Amino acid sequence: MEKASIDVGLLEPILLEYRDQKGAVIPILQRAQDLYGYLPEEAMIEIAKKSRISISQLYGIATFYAQFNLEPRGRHIISICDGTACHVRGAPKLVTAVEEKLNLVAGGSDPDYKYTLEIVYCLGSCGLAPIALVNDQVYGNTTPDTLVEKVMDLD
Amino acid sequence: MPALTNIEELNKLRDEARENKTDREENKTTIILGMGTCGIAAGANDVATAIHSELKKHKIEAEVISVGCIGMCHNEPLVDIQQPGLPRVTYAKVKPKMVGKIIEKHLVQGEYNKRWIYGQLSSGNGKSLEGIPAYDELPFYNKQVRIALRNCGIIDPESIEDYLASGGYGGLSKVLFEMEQIDVIEELKDSGLRGRGGAGFLTGMKWEFCMRAKGYPKYIICNADEGDPGAFMDRSVLEGDPHALLEGMIIAGYAIGAPEGYIYCRAEYPLAIERLKIAIEQANELGLLGENILGSGYSFNLKIKEGAGAFVCGEETALIASIEGKRGEPRPRPPYPAVSGLWGKPTNVNNVKSFAITSQIMVNGADWFNSIGTKKSTGTAVFALTGKIEHTGLVEVPMGITLREIIYDIGGGIPDKKQFKAVQTGGPLGGCLPMEALDTPVDFDSLTEAGATMGSGGMIVVDQETCMVEFARYFLTFASAESCGKCVPCRIGGQRLLEVLTRITDGEGKPDDLDEIERISEYMREGSLCALGQLTPGPVISSLRFFREEYEAHINEKFCEAGVCAGMFTYEIDPELCVGCGLCVKPCPVNAITGEKKAPHVIDQALCIQCGACYDVCNLDAIPIKRKPELKLEEPA
Repeated sequence: MEKASIDVGLLEPILLEYRDQKGAVIPILQRAQDLYGYLPEEAMIEIAKKSRISISQLYGIATFYAQFNLEPRGRHIISICDGTACHVRGAPKLVTAVEEKLNLVAGGSDPDYKYTLEIVYCLGSCGLAPIALVNDQVYGNTTPDTLVEKVMDLD
Repeated sequence: MPALTNIEELNKLRDEARENKTDREENKTTIILGMGTCGIAAGANDVATAIHSELKKHKIEAEVISVGCIGMCHNEPLVDIQQPGLPRVTYAKVKPKMVGKIIEKHLVQGEYNKRWIYGQLSSGNGKSLEGIPAYDELPFYNKQVRIALRNCGIIDPESIEDYLASGGYGGLSKVLFEMEQIDVIEELKDSGLRGRGGAGFLTGMKWEFCMRAKGYPKYIICNADEGDPGAFMDRSVLEGDPHALLEGMIIAGYAIGAPEGYIYCRAEYPLAIERLKIAIEQANELGLLGENILGSGYSFNLKIKEGAGAFVCGEETALIASIEGKRGEPRPRPPYPAVSGLWGKPTNVNNVKSFAITSQIMVNGADWFNSIGTKKSTGTAVFALTGKIEHTGLVEVPMGITLREIIYDIGGGIPDKKQFKAVQTGGPLGGCLPMEALDTPVDFDSLTEAGATMGSGGMIVVDQETCMVEFARYFLTFASAESCGKCVPCRIGGQRLLEVLTRITDGEGKPDDLDEIERISEYMREGSLCALGQLTPGPVISSLRFFREEYEAHINEKFCEAGVCAGMFTYEIDPELCVGCGLCVKPCPVNAITGEKKAPHVIDQALCIQCGACYDVCNLDAIPIKRKPELKLEEPA
């Protein structure tokens, strides 16, 4: 997929907002990711420059935290929780079912960037394990069949 | 609403809120929906839509309120109906298609469908309904004492009036106008409250260290980075009663002399963050946060910082590093954050529940709190009870109650007629306890002595279908991935431990492996910089202590009795139990099962791929898990 060209001008208002705050680089990265869907290299360079930290330091921070994606992601994000309660109540079978149906491996996206499948560790709804998130919608007591059905319903 | 400038105005607002609440309860119909993240996960949004539509259809006037989770995850979605002058009646496991009948019967015909009703919650006017059990008669609730969770699922978390009506900000008023800083600290120390984040340090003592430390400004930080898989107690308080947290933090700020505070909340809790933002805005508007609170002269400001997905940031110094905009790497202690924390200034970090309990201790007194629980672990503990248990959910119980009471009396025991095997407490850095430990009282010290930890309250029950070796490997996968990488014992030790466990679960365990596990574990415990590395070996060491035979069977016989580790077990039909119903034949993907009708069937071991389809479908438990026979096999085609 060709990466769209990145307009770093969009970062201006964010950088301005946090200009006077100490240690605001993490909220800046979070807002930048909300803006672009991931953290493109051009944006990282701009943020490092304006925050007056080295690019290596900034990458050190971005790669430390699981929330930050340095690669584009699919239009639809499917997150399957493999926290302890979900693990014990069948999360691995959910993962296998979706991997097989979408022909991709957890942690990755399909070639057309329609879907990204990721494994997460605890969304905090353990009473309804196993839990899956399909684009911000939380589903509890999921089974391989019901989850695959929800995924295939996405356009 | 205009800002409150003194305590009389606050009391007046509270009285008004109480009157409005009583008026609503006496004169209006209210429908209360459980809309915590777990309720939503169970389908509460669709139920809410159905309710609005039915109310419109029948032209019924009712106020619809959303509340946080009351802890009954196993019964979600929950819908309560409260008619004028009557208690709340709770409907459990509500599906959208049930809503029509519920509304019609209850609100139009005035009848109760007892099959769908869980219980009734009185509103304090003494009235009760015949034939419907009260909450405190029901096994899930009758042993609970709800202090941290007092308002969760009861009040509207987005209404500060609801919080006031339930006595909210009464603790703060008392502290600001009737107590000196040292009085607050002495009261907290006398209460015996120990940090509910898991380490169990005396909270009052921690506050005192910070108060006495030199440096300005000082900071109050709430650790809302609840990262333990299996734990959602803090989420419940954040979503269901955010003002309880705010009140506790302002009290802490006053006692310690801090003008500023941060709530560090994990990004995976978007609803909690939203509720916190609303609560802070409301408190600011009313002047309960900000400059010169209630005219007391004390000023306190709160900000929210979102976590970015790092389990280690639940460790207080890593959390502080994250707020400072750095990689979440812990620092050596001393100096402790109380002396040198955020930006090098004295900082007090506490867990959500510790703050939520604080205002109640100030209102009711230290003696009240330490009359609950045990001598060394006073008060209550909140547990997230999950896994293979009938009544999954959140429970708050007095310290000293036994595991057996929690799992069987409150939790309802193991579903599907399976057997209890172990309970994991303390999250992925805790430990697991076997059946023999079920009578262990739940408190900080007893659990540690027994070989596990209290942690922040995760309690996961497993049955015979869990392999304890694979379970340990699972925890190691998690903990080693979450290692920050700063110190060698954790960074390398975690990897090496995981390698050994993976070898064992792959069927390539070696006789020396158990000694190797103990050796690496000791290095990690002694040498790691922070509790993540020190406690990573916890689950594997505790499961090795109580389930050693399972490890030995994996290593010496390549046998996994739980039927989990691939290639280390097989299924065999027991000819004495099998009645030849043939239910198992079709589900078999490799057609390995044959047999005459009504005669015992047989699995061809040369074809069997151990998928478990036959095991799952047999109603007579006639397909036990067995050791793999020695087979002379050709290379599979």
